[in-house]
Amino acid sequence: MSESNQITRRHLLQGATLAGVAVVAPVATRINAAETEAKHAKPAKTEVTQRSVPREAFEVLTATESDLLAAIVERLIPSDANGPGAKEARVAHYIDRALGSALSASRNVYASGLAALDRYAVASRGKPFLQLSPTDQDSVLIDCETGGATGFVGSSAQFFGLLLSHTKQGMFGDPYYGGNANFVGWDLLNYPGVRTSISDADQKALEAKTLKPIRRSAYDYNGFNKATASADGHDDHPDDIQRTAGAHHGD
Amino acid sequence: MATKLPGTDVVIVGMGAAGGVAALPLAQAGLEVIGLEAGTWLTRRDFAPDEIRNNYRGWPMAVQKANQEAPTVRATSATTAVQSFHPMMNGVGGTSLHYWAQHWRLSPWDFKVVSETAKRYGASRIPTGTTVEDWPFGYDELAPYYDKIEYEVGVSGQAGNIDGKLDPRGSPFEAPRTRGYPMPPLRWTAFHDKMAASARALGWHPFPGPAAINTGFYQNRGGCMYHGFCNTGGCHVDAKASTAVTTIPRAQATGKLKVVTRATVMTIEVDNDGKATGVTYVMDGVEYFQPAKVVLLASYTYENVRLLLLSKSKAYPNGLANNHGQVGRHYLSHHQGAPVSALFPFDIGAWYGLPAQGVAIDNWADDNFDHSQLDFIGGGNLWVMSDRRPIAASSMNTFGFAPNWGSQWKSFIKTNADRAHSSYIQKTTLPYESNYLDLDPTVKDPFGRPVIRITAEFKDNERKIAAFMQDKMEAWYRHAGAIAIQRAPVGGAMGASTHTYGGTRMGDNPETNVVNRFGMAHEVPNLGVLSGSVMGTSGARNPTHTIQALAWRTAEHIANNWRSIA
Repeated sequence: MSESNQITRRHLLQGATLAGVAVVAPVATRINAAETEAKHAKPAKTEVTQRSVPREAFEVLTATESDLLAAIVERLIPSDANGPGAKEARVAHYIDRALGSALSASRNVYASGLAALDRYAVASRGKPFLQLSPTDQDSVLIDCETGGATGFVGSSAQFFGLLLSHTKQGMFGDPYYGGNANFVGWDLLNYPGVRTSISDADQKALEAKTLKPIRRSAYDYNGFNKATASADGHDDHPDDIQRTAGAHHGD
Repeated sequence: MATKLPGTDVVIVGMGAAGGVAALPLAQAGLEVIGLEAGTWLTRRDFAPDEIRNNYRGWPMAVQKANQEAPTVRATSATTAVQSFHPMMNGVGGTSLHYWAQHWRLSPWDFKVVSETAKRYGASRIPTGTTVEDWPFGYDELAPYYDKIEYEVGVSGQAGNIDGKLDPRGSPFEAPRTRGYPMPPLRWTAFHDKMAASARALGWHPFPGPAAINTGFYQNRGGCMYHGFCNTGGCHVDAKASTAVTTIPRAQATGKLKVVTRATVMTIEVDNDGKATGVTYVMDGVEYFQPAKVVLLASYTYENVRLLLLSKSKAYPNGLANNHGQVGRHYLSHHQGAPVSALFPFDIGAWYGLPAQGVAIDNWADDNFDHSQLDFIGGGNLWVMSDRRPIAASSMNTFGFAPNWGSQWKSFIKTNADRAHSSYIQKTTLPYESNYLDLDPTVKDPFGRPVIRITAEFKDNERKIAAFMQDKMEAWYRHAGAIAIQRAPVGGAMGASTHTYGGTRMGDNPETNVVNRFGMAHEVPNLGVLSGSVMGTSGARNPTHTIQALAWRTAEHIANNWRSIA
């Protein structure tokens, strides 16, 4: 992603967030619901600071880290009038599982990045991230996104970019990896689904909006070997974020 | 001490798009061939329609060689290069397993940039600082090999000019061909039809591009299923003509090709007379020496250059075939995507299909238009394709209408996930004196050997072409009803790319070129080099077709002149 794009996006984001406060504020972001409730969560009003249901185990992240990560990804992709978000998709669990396997090279980046983010929240907004209002949480995240947050190893923008990239993977990737639970991400995009063959008639049906979405993982189809963790955490190179953001691809 | 293996006639370093093709004519000529490949065999079972695996986790490669030796990049020699990513993959079939498979011929102009420019506009129009030369032969020399590849590998497409007879379904700018493609082109979607209609209304000539992808049953492989996971994904029905399912198995069937996987080549060995004697490779931590009468270097541009520079000897103290200091010079790439993105007020139906499927415009490519009043030479190919998957769609350009996360973003992508399109514009790129490859002074691979360092940037001519092509693309999108347009910046450092050229350039003059007109090293008569590294110009095209045509030609040359070369 180019620098000029970054600047444009930063300004946009700041402007948009200020204008968007009225829209964002009434929608509760930390919905008190069991993870199993999942699909089409009802917008709730209550601001919850303590979970009233038993905590579900994370595999890699500590309890402190997983609470913070969950709160962050729920701001990045909120549950709102447009449907379920990162919470229902189990994005934090996707990231947790990945950090124990394919993305293990990023484990320390998360440990250090999450701790730095919370320290920055306290230093700049006076409270830990979890205790901030959604608006203040967003402003902390904007500082991270634009590289303005201090106390990070490297740039806060780099950590934010990695986190946002993984969050989108957890929201919109194949459910085989533990995210996109109940296909909520694919529903949001109106993605017609993973198929192994699309006939000309299927394509025309897609164009006529009569193609019925399919909700299956790639591995629900017979004949594909399961993915295995890549040996070197290849995903975590900063340039991969650029690649996934639409820079020159490998054609 | 390396274990010495029994000798062979030809050893090929890399069983990818180039080496995998060269093996076939060599084996058919009865030569004993050993093909060394750092990766492993992969099959259609490994090619799940899984975006995370294909596009975000380095794919199911059992061997991550390329990713561990990613080049470093810097724009000029004034700065320190930073390690980037490596776009190629390891496996039998190489990057032809997961590439887009667009299979273009170069245009006749691409072979004669210097003389044609001088003839039409005057020699003063050759950009300052470029080291571009005419190829040692013209398009006509390579045409029979293009044809050979189209039929041996299997290319689908629409001919525009067969022996001078124009077909309005194809490109009017195409050089004459002796026959059409063996298969019709990939189909178009309603959006492609719409874009083609707009192009015609603008007075342009839209046509479907050629692809090394079956559109029907051909050579025991079925046709494309359009399932949408072709970009950096292998084909689950073997419709994509990677060498792993085309030329390599046919070469194996002769009984003359032996493919050795998990073999990482470390050096090319030479005797005191400077003749290549074979290669040293490592497999599972054990070192082997494979003697051969002829060595064919067929890893890709970065690794070809690296292996030559790392293969130092008494005869070649600065690296193999580098006594003239030309290894690594004349580097160029298509890294400058500089695409234009558009937002439409309607869904465009791009969730399925593939990047090789789409609408091409060549009105502004090469020298197809008058440059008299322009301040650059060359041009670009406009390409409108299908390529969308959920994670990538969620990371779409928001065109200033929304931030990149949060509720506003969510609302935006809910409406617009299938409404954006990004063009693919390949452009003429020239080699320059200050753009080159060498060994990085500090960054090493896991064997402790330096990785390649790219020192290169796009110059005036390339930036001007990019801006010119963006104008054309924007006009095209606007005509088709786009409501927002965003242009990527032009220029910058020439980072790692799949379309990389030069480094072992082909030419008659050994003072400025590493290999001769047949692809054999000027300094090392029994060393051949395959891949984009021998190409002196890029054209506005994906390189694979030209690479494969040249590979076949070099292999044929070796077979036909075996006694004098070996």
